Amino acid sequence: MKPFAYHQPDQIPDAAKLLTSIEDSKLVAGGMTLIPTLKQRLANPPALVDLSKLGSLKGITDGGATITIGAMTPHAVVAASKLVQTKIPGLAALASMIGDPAVRSRGTIGGSVANNDPAADYPAGVLGLGATIITSAREIAADKFFLGLFETALGPGEIITAIRFPVPLKAGYTKFKAPASRYALVGVFVAKFAEGVRVAVTGAGPGVFRVPPMEAALSSNFDPSAIAAIKIDTDGLTSDIHAEADYRAHLVTVMAKRAVDAALS
Amino acid sequence: MGNVIGIGAAPKRKEDQRFLTGRGNYVSDIKRPGMAAGVFVRSPHGHAVLRGIDKSAALAAPGVIAVLTGEDVKADGLGSLPCGWGISDAKGVPMKEPPFPMLAQGKVRFVGDMVAFVVAETPEQANVGAELLKIDYEVLPSVVGLLEAVRPNAPQLFDDVPNNICCDWELGDKAAVETAFRKAAHVAKLSLVNNRLIGNPMEPRAAIAEYEPGTDRFTLWTTSQFPHVVRFLMGALVLNIPQHKLRVVAPDVGGGFGVKQFHYGEEAVITWAAKRVRRPVKWVASRSEGYVSDRHGRDHVTEAELALDETGKFLAFRVNTLANMGGYLSTFGPNIPTNLYGPLLGGVYTTPAIYCNVKVVFTNTVPVDAYRGAGRPEATFVLERIVDVAASEMGIDRVEIRRRNMIPKEAYPYQTPVLVQYDSGDPMGCLDGALVAADVKNFGIRKAASASKGKFRGLGYSTYVEACGLAPSRFAGRLGARGGLYESATVRVHPTGQVTVMIGTHNHGQGHETTFAQIVSEKLGVAFENVDIVFGDTDRVQFGMGTYGSRSLVVGGAALSKATDKVIAKGKKIASHLLEAAEVDIQFEAGKFSVAGTDRSKTFEEIAGAAYVPHNYPLEVLEPGLEEQAYYDPVNFTYPGGCHIAEVEVDPETGTVTLVNYTAVDDVGTVINPMIVEGQLHGGIVQGVGQALFENAVYDEGSGQLLSGSLMDYCMPRADHLPMMKVETHSTLCTHTPMGVKGCGEVGTIGSPAAVINAVVDALSHLGVTHVDMPATPNRIWRLLQNASLPVAAE
Repeated sequence: MKPFAYHQPDQIPDAAKLLTSIEDSKLVAGGMTLIPTLKQRLANPPALVDLSKLGSLKGITDGGATITIGAMTPHAVVAASKLVQTKIPGLAALASMIGDPAVRSRGTIGGSVANNDPAADYPAGVLGLGATIITSAREIAADKFFLGLFETALGPGEIITAIRFPVPLKAGYTKFKAPASRYALVGVFVAKFAEGVRVAVTGAGPGVFRVPPMEAALSSNFDPSAIAAIKIDTDGLTSDIHAEADYRAHLVTVMAKRAVDAALS
Repeated sequence: MGNVIGIGAAPKRKEDQRFLTGRGNYVSDIKRPGMAAGVFVRSPHGHAVLRGIDKSAALAAPGVIAVLTGEDVKADGLGSLPCGWGISDAKGVPMKEPPFPMLAQGKVRFVGDMVAFVVAETPEQANVGAELLKIDYEVLPSVVGLLEAVRPNAPQLFDDVPNNICCDWELGDKAAVETAFRKAAHVAKLSLVNNRLIGNPMEPRAAIAEYEPGTDRFTLWTTSQFPHVVRFLMGALVLNIPQHKLRVVAPDVGGGFGVKQFHYGEEAVITWAAKRVRRPVKWVASRSEGYVSDRHGRDHVTEAELALDETGKFLAFRVNTLANMGGYLSTFGPNIPTNLYGPLLGGVYTTPAIYCNVKVVFTNTVPVDAYRGAGRPEATFVLERIVDVAASEMGIDRVEIRRRNMIPKEAYPYQTPVLVQYDSGDPMGCLDGALVAADVKNFGIRKAASASKGKFRGLGYSTYVEACGLAPSRFAGRLGARGGLYESATVRVHPTGQVTVMIGTHNHGQGHETTFAQIVSEKLGVAFENVDIVFGDTDRVQFGMGTYGSRSLVVGGAALSKATDKVIAKGKKIASHLLEAAEVDIQFEAGKFSVAGTDRSKTFEEIAGAAYVPHNYPLEVLEPGLEEQAYYDPVNFTYPGGCHIAEVEVDPETGTVTLVNYTAVDDVGTVINPMIVEGQLHGGIVQGVGQALFENAVYDEGSGQLLSGSLMDYCMPRADHLPMMKVETHSTLCTHTPMGVKGCGEVGTIGSPAAVINAVVDALSHLGVTHVDMPATPNRIWRLLQNASLPVAAE
């Protein structure tokens, strides 16, 4: 690990100011990606701005038709939340599948969404539920937030403070875990709303994406059989030592069917 | 006073007191006064000319003490890393043995090859210094695959090793095999890959070296399975340090699996550096560094053919293998795919003619050497796979074809056509036991239950034998070993009767401190808690060969048994004097020396006391003291064997293979501690299952980059991958080891890959699938199903 300055502000504007005033400085939330990167000397930020003292970023609030989760809320808290389990059980299930217990205790929803790892779980939940990302500056719809491999719509100095999820009629998440890393080789989040169904896929490509043909099919018939014959184009999907693109494409359909099953159960 | 806890008991492990309370003493726990930190700079290229290294910026960096390179090694006239085995081809031409410099000279030959060593005040400063080195590489094309490496126009690692072939080795009667093939009613053929593995012991490698100018002595603390061998190889052959001036300590070591049974360049560099900088120097590998520098295992490409008569009797077996050595010859490298592979191709069968050709090949990859099982899992995999292929092609039941060819119990000792003579065994008994334990007769019911869920269920058998207890030195010497393979033990009885044992093996997870204490407790009748086992320090322990090849109990335990017998013999002499009886009338039993037919006796403690306070003692005929030493060189290998049965369920939708049941019935000879044996079997089986289903070291052809260079990419087996295992023993006694022991460290790893893959193939056989290469990953299974000759549908 190379040396860096360390700041622990207790106000969001202070954090944003540090982030913009120190070039190449990095936010640290749970640190589940950043700290290993620093330890491997792959990143060399001059300063870290730790968000852990920002109490307002923690916690889950019930908004009736929505649930709002503070950016610094660890996965384990979301997984164990009675509110989330009751209103969006698919999201609680997703949080319970991330990493291992140590990661779930430290890793945060804001950190995961801001990092936008192509194989992370939360982006599928956020996009699948059509959530709203609330930042220090504005609100961003999930559909406009994820821009591809580790890229998001966040601007300089912009900090995610919370994510607001609409409560669906039904939702489910299933992932095929990469055998070694247990990241999503393919993960599919399915959510049914009165106005239609959303299907979001993580792990299969360079970033989370929706599958309109599946959404259309499930909107008219929310049953696994409705999408069993829908094949995903392999173009643009990831091919690596763990899985070839056509296998990932195949898994999208299998995982989507199982996610619908999970939503129905 | 504690109790005798002897052979067959299962006390909790003595060593766990310190391990489970965080009081182990590993190399990275050790701090020496004035200790500096070292970092190795490794090649990022698979193959390159090393044109020059500019040290100036690194040397100018804060805290940097020294930067050492291959040029400095050359200037100091140091040796190259030795290979402990010299094999030859059929004409007796010795293998090509290019030098393996401890820091690269002229060329780098794999990603991870060591180029420089930077010593600084702190690890951080050493890292900064390392990043400031300017290394001029002329990158060359790499070759990593075996088939690619032997092609005529392949990149050449060494100018004087044409086609990258180190040795074209063979074993067996080629002509007899050809004759048998001409007469065969059926010939089964199989092409397979034995996947490359990375051992991943829990504790990464580490070393600390210190030089004391006052005594001109060196001390090296290293994560090694064989400190004496490191002292010998490094001192005598690399650094020219006299043996009495070099102490090598391997303290608590967190797992080895073979990875730590080699003399590594890091050990030599750090020892040399410690004298140059006149400071103790410490290096601890990161996990990532381990991936590109710990010796890898396996990596074969094989074509096998089995000739059978019309009844399914094996007539002859022919095997042609390409075996990967990586960029240089490691300590045991060329021995593994040859001497530890070919002689095991007979398995538990009466195959009368066997021929094996192995081309040992250099590639731009980490050197390949022994990994748990070492050669024997590869042999078992080829044989047990092709037996299934033959059974399937001839329409003979897989168990039946094995029975028809098995060596009957009464045929032991059994001379195979490939050098080795099995002393004892009962493969049929192991098979019968395993069939019952695995509830094979109800497999159909379980298969139907899986089918009703849309899953394919399969059952796989592996009946195997291995050569353990490495090794009879005379035999090994004929095969090319450049050292002996005996073991040593000293039993020191203290004046109060407690016992300290100094043994040449090394305990790094096997439970030796418990097992060996049980042997002493049983034989001397002393309390289990009154026996301590000392190992891993060349200043405290007489020369020993260390721990590998399932040898510690077989060879080390035999030396210990012999030394204990010498203690008893001396004790009898002392007792005969004290009890005023003839020595032949003294009996020793349950810790008491007594005169036969009388009630006169002396306890073991009284005899020990007399030996050290010799007021009334036969000084004319006997020296005081009670300490005995023995060396033991085995007359033969031992041959543990057994039958493993794996049961898998395949999800045809995702290709996922789930191991649902696992049964092992093994013949490991006498069992000293059944709990430890069971643990060894569990661990071994898990590593074999890892090879079969999960683990794969993957290199990029051309660049030579290791693509599976982290735990995120290289899948180690985990608890949730495994079912509860049923492990039983069905032992016959080894006829030539003192206690009848055969060894159990590697059996699990040897029997399991074939059992698992045979089960996977069985599950998919109705689709026309005849073979699956390891690891049977979901992607690979799905691909097979896509290409299956018959339509995929649950029965």
